[in-house]
Amino acid sequence: MPEGGVTVLVGPSGSGKSTLLRCCNRLEAPDSGTVAFRGADVAGLDPLALRRRVGMVFQRPTPFAGTVRDNLLVAQPDLSEHAAELALGRVGLSGAFLGRDARALSGGEAQRVCLARTLVTTPEVVLMDEVTSSVDPAARFGLEGLARALAEVRVPVIWVTHDLEQMRRIADHVLVVVAGRIVHGGTSASLAADAPPEARQFLAGEAA
Amino acid sequence: MTSIGWVGLGLSLLLVGVAVALSLWERLGLERGILWAATRALVQLLAIGLLLQVLLEPDVSVWWGWLWVVVMVAIAAATVRRRAPMVPGIVGLAGLAFAGSAVVTLGVLFGFDVFELEIRTLIPLAGLMIGNSLAATVLVSRRLVAEFDEKREEVEARLALGQPAAAAAHPYVRESLRTALIPQIEQTKAVGLIALPGAMTGLILAGVDPIDAVQVQAAVMYLVLGSVATTTTVMALGIRRRLFTHDHRLLRVGGAARRAT
Repeated sequence: MPEGGVTVLVGPSGSGKSTLLRCCNRLEAPDSGTVAFRGADVAGLDPLALRRRVGMVFQRPTPFAGTVRDNLLVAQPDLSEHAAELALGRVGLSGAFLGRDARALSGGEAQRVCLARTLVTTPEVVLMDEVTSSVDPAARFGLEGLARALAEVRVPVIWVTHDLEQMRRIADHVLVVVAGRIVHGGTSASLAADAPPEARQFLAGEAA
Repeated sequence: MTSIGWVGLGLSLLLVGVAVALSLWERLGLERGILWAATRALVQLLAIGLLLQVLLEPDVSVWWGWLWVVVMVAIAAATVRRRAPMVPGIVGLAGLAFAGSAVVTLGVLFGFDVFELEIRTLIPLAGLMIGNSLAATVLVSRRLVAEFDEKREEVEARLALGQPAAAAAHPYVRESLRTALIPQIEQTKAVGLIALPGAMTGLILAGVDPIDAVQVQAAVMYLVLGSVATTTTVMALGIRRRLFTHDHRLLRVGGAARRAT
């Protein structure tokens, strides 16, 4: 997995992209094989510390009961008001959101709050699991922009999607996952050139 | 002491006759059910009564009473499993919950000599405690498993923020415990206003002074409240432990196998 930028895991539904992602922060344990993070097998790391280094945003927004501020405090109980406002600023929301009921937000806003909540733990990598699948198009572009912005400030993003258009918009690197295996990798420009048949079939849109 | 005798019991069967007659008249088709229920209840009660009569002989060791309590705990645990089969390893857990609750609640009642420890007091009190906690134990088990299934993404989002399993599960454990306990609290509040509870009614019918009966009834109610709280808490914490791995992952149970990737 490349060390920087936005790496997109792409492949048909059910190919194992999300499972692979969930193995990265140990929400799932692999049946066989290992996942290494900065040279260390994650199975040997403290899962709670690992999850604060490897943040994750989920497919559907998962706002917790309470205000947006309450949500940020779950991630960091001693978070200052100023730091909370900064966290919201990083995801393009104003400080006025802090007092809002997190469960009354739109899908896109809630997903931004979930990203802010994750960023509060100062992760070294952010995993994003089809985070735009349940938001409207405007919010989708907003979240894609946030992923690019994170990569710019040297927080690598691993982004799961089955949407080839989205992959082309945001990917620095692409890994194609088909039937539980990474079958191909490269930059999104070079991808089509030397793809093996199973990856080419997906990239041509047949298996999507 | 009041005794109705066999003749009295026979005459009270007239009331079963009334129920059967009504069922026939309205063509409810429930006559056989009513007769079977009435017969079965009488046979079960007589069996228990005969057994108690043997156990209440003056020289019988109180250990026989404890053995009876163990059997009741086992039957209750099996009943919980039948009604909440989706919880992994629920029999052992329910057994532990009832046994733990018995130790706490009966420990208080007998430890402080509220009741004298003898078979005559042990068996009815243990029966009340277990019988009344059964429904709440089933309720908390079903509710908690459903919470973890429906709110799976939320729980995992908490885990992904580095919360340990106990903290990530806490809001959902709390919710299911409240769901299970609130009916018991409501019932305790309404007692005496709507219905005269069983123990008190029985004592008054048997000729005991009403204030004495009330004192026993109040102690019994607190016993039930305490035991419902302890069984449901043990149950909820036990289920939480079973549904999370040591490395703080949430396992999939029940209908939770939907999400493929």
